[in-house]
Amino acid sequence: MAVTSRRVARVVPLAPAVVLLALFMLGPVVWSFYGSFTNAALTGPAALNPEWIGFDNYVALVGDPDFPKSLWLTVVFVFLSAVVGQNVMGIALAGLLRSAVKPVRSIASTVVVAAWVLPEIVAAFAAYAFFHSEGTLNTLLAGIGVTGPDWLYSTPMLAVILANIWRGTAFSMMVYSAALAEVPPELTEAAQLDGANGLQRLTWVTLPVIRRSISTNLMLTTLQTLSVFTLIYVMTGGGPGTDSSTLPILAYQEAFKFAQVGYGTAIATVMIVVGGIFSVIYIRALRPEVD
Amino acid sequence: MTDTMTAAPVEGTRRGAVGPLAGPRITATKVAANLVLLVIAVSFLLPMAWIVVASLDAEATLSFGLPDAVTVDNFSAIMTPELTWLPLWNAFVLSAGSAAITVVVSVLAAYPLSRYRMRFGKYFLYSVLFGTCLPITAIMVPVYALFVQLNLLDSLPGTIFFMAATSLPMAIWMTKNFMDSVPISLEEAAWTEGASAMQALRRIVLPLMRPGIAVVFIFVFVQAWGNFFVPFVLLLSPEKQPAAVSIFAFFGQYGSVAYGQLAAYSLLYAAPVLGLYVLVNRISGSAFALAGAVKG
Repeated sequence: MAVTSRRVARVVPLAPAVVLLALFMLGPVVWSFYGSFTNAALTGPAALNPEWIGFDNYVALVGDPDFPKSLWLTVVFVFLSAVVGQNVMGIALAGLLRSAVKPVRSIASTVVVAAWVLPEIVAAFAAYAFFHSEGTLNTLLAGIGVTGPDWLYSTPMLAVILANIWRGTAFSMMVYSAALAEVPPELTEAAQLDGANGLQRLTWVTLPVIRRSISTNLMLTTLQTLSVFTLIYVMTGGGPGTDSSTLPILAYQEAFKFAQVGYGTAIATVMIVVGGIFSVIYIRALRPEVD
Repeated sequence: MTDTMTAAPVEGTRRGAVGPLAGPRITATKVAANLVLLVIAVSFLLPMAWIVVASLDAEATLSFGLPDAVTVDNFSAIMTPELTWLPLWNAFVLSAGSAAITVVVSVLAAYPLSRYRMRFGKYFLYSVLFGTCLPITAIMVPVYALFVQLNLLDSLPGTIFFMAATSLPMAIWMTKNFMDSVPISLEEAAWTEGASAMQALRRIVLPLMRPGIAVVFIFVFVQAWGNFFVPFVLLLSPEKQPAAVSIFAFFGQYGSVAYGQLAAYSLLYAAPVLGLYVLVNRISGSAFALAGAVKG
């Protein structure tokens, strides 16, 4: 009896956290699964008393040409800006910083980190102005005699991908800087004595040693990039048309612009499932450290 | 969390890892590396530099360009209560409110997780870790529907509690790691003298982990201050909206004309975050503290 009450007393301090997480994190996730089976709308009778409509939203989702397109754009966005862009750029920067002189190192790392620390809406304005047809990029191109296109209109995906690399590389740079600092210098020196060139040392010595950092960083940047909304919404609004509508933009527009909350929720559910799968892989990789 | 989330400072890492093999060829490589870094730094700087020059230019355009005459007119034009001060105050209330709630709740939760071995604790930590991964933008549509049902839409307290909840997973994780580094022997002494767990937490553990608590507070504050999507969806009346949302409304209304004012507003709104970032680096003595704190 005494043992039980002591056990209960021990977990009481967890209660506020459990309540908040259950209400505002678990609640919406459960609601998302439930709501995606209803015809919930923004206004009107279906707003307060949505009806159960089974798999209709998902059937509509598969039949809607916007959804596969948006799914594809999301894959392209995540792959090129996070998996390739931020990771390669991050590891390259981390490597370059190690062989740079101190002032250059301070300047470069401060500037890269500043783009990451800025509030997202300010970063989005800055990127919007940079890629605008009358923006800095086209002024620079005009300086060398090239008339640049209207990036946000003619190549919206390229613009948002480059903007997201600019915005997010700092995180990968920091993770890889820490990882490279832990690579024993003897290893690379030994390879160098054996006649390995720079690329060979990178491929056969450095990358295998930091592979855990690489997989963790890939997972985290993928999850972060999957949920990018503000940057794209400010730069292109998902357009022109739906040419840069990734899943978060599509879900938002369906739910709030076209008032189809149930339909938007179905898209959200797809995102939660994708995010959930990535999270489980990530947690399994970290498991030994939790136990 | 992992060896990889650590973040040793870039500055101050082993400098000049040249080793015994340094020679003239390596020097050429180093010059190239420095040049490449400078080029990258300039290209990363350009989009941000536009904000600074445009804010000081009476005839700002969307392109980077030095103003003919430096002026502070853009700043004085936007410094009105309804345009700037009220939204900044709202942002402060939202951020400070959710940071305070998050710190209190995560300190309470971290204590049993850090001090007792519980079967339940492990599952809880797993769910928390899962929560840190959940993409918040993915749940905003269902959150809106939930807020309609709970009648919390357009409610500042409702939004504060929601933002606190979404930052809890990361905050609990960080707080637990900070708490793990406070030795338990001090509390054991207090326990034998009859102090309760909560007394030991308040009198012994908290004072020893003050820097850690400051880092968690600033971490949550900065995230909430910069958050656009959550208040954009949950707060509808302009007089309740924080700066992130009102600056976007300003962009929609005047943004296509008054670039200078938009830039000035952006600077004013971004300044506290930049200041806090410098502060958190001072507190924890590492340039990448926010990422590094996660490891503990």
